[in-house]
Amino acid sequence: MFTASDLNLRNRKTEKLFRILFMLMSVLLILPVLTILGTLIYKGGSVVTIDFLFTNPTDGMTAGGIFPALLGTIWLVAVALLFSVPLGVAAAVYLSEYAKDSWFTRLINLCIINLAGVPSIVHALFGVGAFVLFFRFGTSILAASLTLGIMTLPVVIVATRESLQAVPFAFREACWNMGATRWQTIRRVVLPNSISGILTGIILEVSRTAGETAPIMFTGAAFFLPFLPQGLFDQTMALSLHLFVISTQVPGVPEGIPYGVALVLISMVLLMNSVSIGFRIYLRGKKKW
Amino acid sequence: MNGIDSKKASAKLEVRDLTIDYGQAPILSEVNLAVYEHEIFGIIGPANSGKTSFLKALNRMDMFTPSMNVRGEVFFNGRNLRKWTNVYNLRKRIGVVFPLPVGLPMTVYDNVSLAPRLARIKNKAELDIIVERCLRRAALWDEVKDRLNSLGSLLSGGQQQRLTIARALSQDPELLMLDEFSIAVDPVTTMRIEDVLKELKSEITIILVTNLVQQARRLADRTAFFLTGQCVEIGETEDLFNGKVKDERTSDYIEGRFG
Repeated sequence: MFTASDLNLRNRKTEKLFRILFMLMSVLLILPVLTILGTLIYKGGSVVTIDFLFTNPTDGMTAGGIFPALLGTIWLVAVALLFSVPLGVAAAVYLSEYAKDSWFTRLINLCIINLAGVPSIVHALFGVGAFVLFFRFGTSILAASLTLGIMTLPVVIVATRESLQAVPFAFREACWNMGATRWQTIRRVVLPNSISGILTGIILEVSRTAGETAPIMFTGAAFFLPFLPQGLFDQTMALSLHLFVISTQVPGVPEGIPYGVALVLISMVLLMNSVSIGFRIYLRGKKKW
Repeated sequence: MNGIDSKKASAKLEVRDLTIDYGQAPILSEVNLAVYEHEIFGIIGPANSGKTSFLKALNRMDMFTPSMNVRGEVFFNGRNLRKWTNVYNLRKRIGVVFPLPVGLPMTVYDNVSLAPRLARIKNKAELDIIVERCLRRAALWDEVKDRLNSLGSLLSGGQQQRLTIARALSQDPELLMLDEFSIAVDPVTTMRIEDVLKELKSEITIILVTNLVQQARRLADRTAFFLTGQCVEIGETEDLFNGKVKDERTSDYIEGRFG
């Protein structure tokens, strides 16, 4: 009475087939990550030592460490964030909390989408034109960071806006009904409950910024500098550009060094990502509704 | 409408020709009514009769619904509140309780002390007094006094609704509007809140929107019947429930022949 018909059996077979097919596809995703990490650790792992991290490159960058580039990348990311986070968060708060749906806000949204779609080399040229030449910052950390900052703005805005939108509208309504102004509502209810999402977005942003090469190439990152940057208007070395330079421009670099640099760069990014993920898990545990 | 003119002096709220639409046909047209000081004014009617939109127009929450158009005048303490520029000050004086309880994602204490804090009361002792008084008045104090620092959004539905009422009271309103507050609340809690409302009547004016006809009967001094965007009838609750109605639809609804 309850025996399976042919149709049942066939359905179950297709079901199984598709499940395995889709699973294989997602497993495939792991492959490139593992290959990249494996190769880097295998070929560059022995190069990366404390000394490597904290000494200057020597012998025309064919030996020595990467300290100026490491420090330079940290500088660039930090200054870029100082610029893009306040601006991006403020813009997102406006768009999510104040702006009415009008042609103006639609225009702004369109600009954000387009800004996100601009190729990084175009950002680089814009940076040269705007910051290096027009504002006369020269090729400097400031110019390079501002270029990076503008490039990362859309991501900060979108991540922030999404976290703000995730706060239920009823909370805002309840607050307004008590006579709270928009700003009071944002400060007391909306921001405290979206800060986790905003921070996660920002941290992810950091990791993206750290790896960019094109935007800093013409605006502030140097081929080789024997000294550390002293201020915002100095040029600096950067890990991403350093990697590019020693892999393609300098003859006679031992094979291990580029892999070592790549390993340091990717470790920085992965470290940031894990901090971000850990942070999200911690805050999800404290979720209040 | 004669009643309004003779008692105008004590009208807390007077609504004239209030019409509301959302871009299409009006969902509430030309409502005229007055709410007197220290009464519970009931509004009954089936769904989609414009009750909630009516409340929104009263504390200017229509500002936050872009498509909502409100015409007409509403006098609150004799001033046309549709023209008030300081809407924040207006909303402070009108407390609202929604159908579904909204416990803000902060502690019970912070939920109730938020409004006073927004009004720049900073003294801890003073806040303590306000919090306790409001929670007591909302019949919630005994249940939460030991966990004022736990999250308000984690209380049970009925407790959250009373928390919402305590919060509405914490802004020390002159007018309290309740929109079908008992939807998400069990009968026992509903009765407790109803008792609270009867006591509050001596201090503030209450507008009670309800889809429970018997609740209006238990609480309201006067009751208005809204039907498909029109205010069909306003009368003493006693009269309406004793069949002294001017419009047959009112008694049909009250006696459950439709709706």
